[in-house]
Amino acid sequence: MHDETKVQITVSVNGETYTRLIEPRLLLSDFLRHELKLTGTNVGCEHGVCGACTVLLDGESVRSCIIFAVQVDGQSIETVEGLAKNDTLHPLQELFHQEHALQCGFCTPGFLMTLVPFLRDNPTADEAAIRQALSGNLCRCTGYANIVAAVKKAVESGVGR
Amino acid sequence: MKPAPFKYFRPESLDEALALLAKHGDEAKVLAGGQSLIPAMNFRLAQPAILIDINRLSALSFIEEKRGQMHIGALTRHSMVERHPLVAQKAPLLAETMPNIAHVQIRNRGTFGGSIAHADPAAELPAAMTVRGARICLRSTRGERWVDAPQFFVGLLTTAMEPDELLTEVAFDELPKKTGWCFVEVARRHGDYALLGVAATVRLGMMGKVKDARICFVSAGETPALATNAQDALNGQAPSAELAKAAAQIAAAQDIDPPSDIHASARFRRHLATKLTERALNTAFARARGETR
Amino acid sequence: MSRAGRAFGQRARRNEDYDLLTGRAQFIDDITLPDTLHVAFVRSDLAHARINSIDTTEARKMPGVVAVYTAADLGDYWAPGPLLVPPPPVKRLEFFERTQVPLAKDKVVYAGEPYAAVVATSRYLAEDAAALVYLDADPLDAVIDLEAALAAGSPRVHEDLASNVAAKVTQFKGDYGSIEQSADLRITQRFVYDRGTAAAIENRGILAHFDPKAQKLLVWDTTQAPIPIRGGLARMLGLAVSQVHVIAPNIGGGFGPKIMMFYPEEVVVPWISKQLGRPVKWIEDRHENFYATTQERGQIHDAELAISKDGRIVGVKDVFLHDNGAHNPYGLTVPINSQCTLIGPYDIPHYHSEFTAVFTNRVTVTPYRGAGRQHGVFVMERLLDIAAKKLKIDPVEIRRRNYIPPEDFPKAQEVIYQDFAELVYDSGNYLPALEKALVHIDYERFRKEQQPQALAEGRHLGIGVVSYIEGTGIGPYEGARVCIEPGGKISIATGIGTQGQGHYTAFAQVVAEILGADIKDIHVVTGDTREFHWGSGTFASRGAVVAGNACHAAALKVREKAATLAATLLESSPDQLEFCDGVVRVAGSADKKISLGDLAAQANPLRGAVKPGTEPGLEATAYFGPDRGATASGVHAIVLEVDVETMMVAIKRYVVVHDCGRVINPLIVEGQIQGGVAQGIGNAFYEQLHVDENGQLLNASLMDFLLPTACDVPTVISDHVETPSPLTPLGVKGAGEAGTIPVGALYAQALEDALRPIAPDLTICEIPLSPNRLFELVYGDEKTSPGRENA
Repeated sequence: MHDETKVQITVSVNGETYTRLIEPRLLLSDFLRHELKLTGTNVGCEHGVCGACTVLLDGESVRSCIIFAVQVDGQSIETVEGLAKNDTLHPLQELFHQEHALQCGFCTPGFLMTLVPFLRDNPTADEAAIRQALSGNLCRCTGYANIVAAVKKAVESGVGR
Repeated sequence: MKPAPFKYFRPESLDEALALLAKHGDEAKVLAGGQSLIPAMNFRLAQPAILIDINRLSALSFIEEKRGQMHIGALTRHSMVERHPLVAQKAPLLAETMPNIAHVQIRNRGTFGGSIAHADPAAELPAAMTVRGARICLRSTRGERWVDAPQFFVGLLTTAMEPDELLTEVAFDELPKKTGWCFVEVARRHGDYALLGVAATVRLGMMGKVKDARICFVSAGETPALATNAQDALNGQAPSAELAKAAAQIAAAQDIDPPSDIHASARFRRHLATKLTERALNTAFARARGETR
Repeated sequence: MSRAGRAFGQRARRNEDYDLLTGRAQFIDDITLPDTLHVAFVRSDLAHARINSIDTTEARKMPGVVAVYTAADLGDYWAPGPLLVPPPPVKRLEFFERTQVPLAKDKVVYAGEPYAAVVATSRYLAEDAAALVYLDADPLDAVIDLEAALAAGSPRVHEDLASNVAAKVTQFKGDYGSIEQSADLRITQRFVYDRGTAAAIENRGILAHFDPKAQKLLVWDTTQAPIPIRGGLARMLGLAVSQVHVIAPNIGGGFGPKIMMFYPEEVVVPWISKQLGRPVKWIEDRHENFYATTQERGQIHDAELAISKDGRIVGVKDVFLHDNGAHNPYGLTVPINSQCTLIGPYDIPHYHSEFTAVFTNRVTVTPYRGAGRQHGVFVMERLLDIAAKKLKIDPVEIRRRNYIPPEDFPKAQEVIYQDFAELVYDSGNYLPALEKALVHIDYERFRKEQQPQALAEGRHLGIGVVSYIEGTGIGPYEGARVCIEPGGKISIATGIGTQGQGHYTAFAQVVAEILGADIKDIHVVTGDTREFHWGSGTFASRGAVVAGNACHAAALKVREKAATLAATLLESSPDQLEFCDGVVRVAGSADKKISLGDLAAQANPLRGAVKPGTEPGLEATAYFGPDRGATASGVHAIVLEVDVETMMVAIKRYVVVHDCGRVINPLIVEGQIQGGVAQGIGNAFYEQLHVDENGQLLNASLMDFLLPTACDVPTVISDHVETPSPLTPLGVKGAGEAGTIPVGALYAQALEDALRPIAPDLTICEIPLSPNRLFELVYGDEKTSPGRENA
């Protein structure tokens, strides 16, 4: 890469601050995965449809494959690596485990990062709202039923409150 | 699927942005939410030499009401429009439209102005804004001008914007009293571009007759044109299911020129236009009469 | 063994979840090695063209580019790939082998075929340079339509062959010709099934590192079959097998196409690494996936059903064309599956089936979840539906009348299956599954009350009930090594790859049951050739059946070793010992016990000799190879609603009653069923690859190739019938593909039922469907009946 075209950015990811020199065209997903080695965020389509790369940008879910890393300079990102604390699963992760809401697990980080702000904003969501919230994340293994079940349990147990 | 290289500018002020556009407008693309542009760049279908990222122009993110007019800043994210109490109160058609736009992750990033400027006839906002008689504010170092929606959308993905102009805000009247509204669309999956969609408002006059009906379609032609023949057939008439049906047939037959593609033939789209217009009008009639919300 | 033991049969939560949930799991593109180079393949835009030259001059000059290779650079390494599955021993068979090549040399035969590989320091730079590789080629007419492909004068995909025929196969049972004329009723109908793609959310990828000092090749590959990949790479690259180590890491969904081998990229990337002596990575992107990963499902059937007045099948004749794509590395697996699965759960005395596999200028066809079985089920179920309508018999009743009765098993079908053995149904009991499904879907009440009431309100509900069988768990064999470690942990290693099926849990359950251990103490390794290097792979719903039984056999051997040693230490005899809670104890004397870990330590002493005739450690390896596959079966039922104005379809209720023999873990099996149904729904109503007459794909994105979302897939009501397989000690049958197989047939039946009030004569004979297609089917197309919809 040509150095004169690179731009320095500083980003907070899961509470840690990173400063890197990057090409403007670097996708946020590639930045997280290959520059910061946070490979929990997966990439499935690179055109903003599958949702596997969903992360939180200043607390809201976005698709990291259709944002340039340079754009988030000075902002804060949360990824799946930030959910579990001291090896204890986040309650939503635990419910995914209990309800068998994952098979190959490739799409799972994207689902989790979509659901964290969804439950925060919709702590009493019903099934229809849950399914609609999930519709921007594609899963090819589970057929969604157990994911929906896990989110319903999360609502019942007050994960979002 | 990695984008081609580009030169990146991130203006911190509107003046700076307009100066950059004045200098580079011909080879530059404005980057707002980027939710259509970046996918196209990842496929290398779009390879702009320069991107001017306006995401730092926070002054362009606002929703206001001024003298009976709604003003929405170009950089306002879809999710903010979707959740804003003023929109729910003063612009219920828009409020009904917003959840149909893609998925929450896209709405969190995509911008109101970006969607208008992209001028995709399969997108919801161009139709919803056309039906509301929106005016679009374009700024450049040469000054400011306001363009009415029908004049703004000139063709497929093509607008009246000059290369040095920036879309800064959209203004439209709040929904008048005794006016019903409806946005309805059919999409293969939730969040997909519509096979066909209808935005409609119906204002009733003193005697309960239709005073001002407006209908505009999604995915029914190269631009979000108003269904003028159907509107003419509605105006002055007493609202009824029969009227809705008759107007819907006129709209589908005379007011649209839908495309054929792998998801729907033109003929199926006309059929959907008939059925959805009828539904939209009946809902709008009921809402105008205050029977439902 | 009890029906559901302490571990076996339990709804155990999965051992693999923690890493996947926290982002710690390693998928292919998560693995990085220092100094890695990245490859972008340059792919043909044309589906069929003669190559004149390839100009890489400009690309080589681009920043970061290390090398650009074409077929010419590969030299002797350039060779067509192996025929993975030769044709089965069927008497009436012609077969013409044409397998894929590493990089196109003289001709391109499908859009997306790679003809150059650009190697650069980043994928971004590799793609920049790939845009500057120029192909000079003369376009040829593309072979797309199956019937036109067989017409005289058609262009040929492989010009050294006389035609586009890839194979012709005839198989039969009884003598259809002898009953053809005498049957009460004969129904003839054409059925068309079109292509989709598996679209695993993780695309394919390969990372190869040839270490020039150690002269060893290490490859990570998103393959369902790492062991055959290792053998093949060693042979191709002139290395000893021991110099090659292949790892299939966590894989983000397989569904069949990831067992195809050798993909061009799998051949080229390790070779590049050997040339350059550096790690080389290629990660397929989503756009490439639509061109570079194999696909399935194009067939045209002309079928005939001979049936008696009272609805009993006399015979079936089926003649079909199979879209093979450009190459046939997987032999006849897919069309043979169609041919064999058509018979279904029904007693069909006379069956005649012949097919022609056709080369086309499209992406190569290899098995994708269901692997041809969908087509057979669709044809048979639709024929029965048409017959039921003509004979005025309830569609459920006509199935009841034709099921093979339980006393007829094992049932020989006289045709050869994909595993080269005669198709013999090992066991089955079909009626109870049907009756259970009818209860769950509330069939009687639906017909009598719900449907007519809804119609009175202007709502169009339809019901569907279909049956299917699935040949699963075929050979040749798999193996497993089970070892009790001195720390008390137990390790299992097996050679198959894993793509989300819960192997780390299911195999642990099998072994835990035998050794009395906690499944959380059992660590499973799959897909690493250094851990286990005999086996074939994960396909054909066989993991739990074949590898599961190998784990069982190995665990039994370990138990025997452990019991022998424990008997000595505890001064007891092996038959007095119990294995439970991680200890071996003497039955009835609570204090005479030893933990498995201590026992393992004793089995590997630091002093003293290992006695002749014994082995150190509590470890054993065992293999399992079934003579033939086990036949699973089931019934799907659906209630759906069609908005007849928009042709949008909503599923109201979905029931699956499945019989996969004994169930190791119901949670996992139900997950497989639910996920399979989702893929079946996609196949039936959302997913279609649209190509034009030039072989250009019109929807190579997830914007336009529609995978069903959480709003489109209902929560399936799942129930089981357990008819154990007599072929395997565990009695299990495969479950991986069952969810997908009958969904097309189910949709067709239910949609016809829902649309009957507005389209009484409608017969749906094709899959996939869509709202647009339903509209055409109901109202005719532009030419035949313009304007009918407004009447």
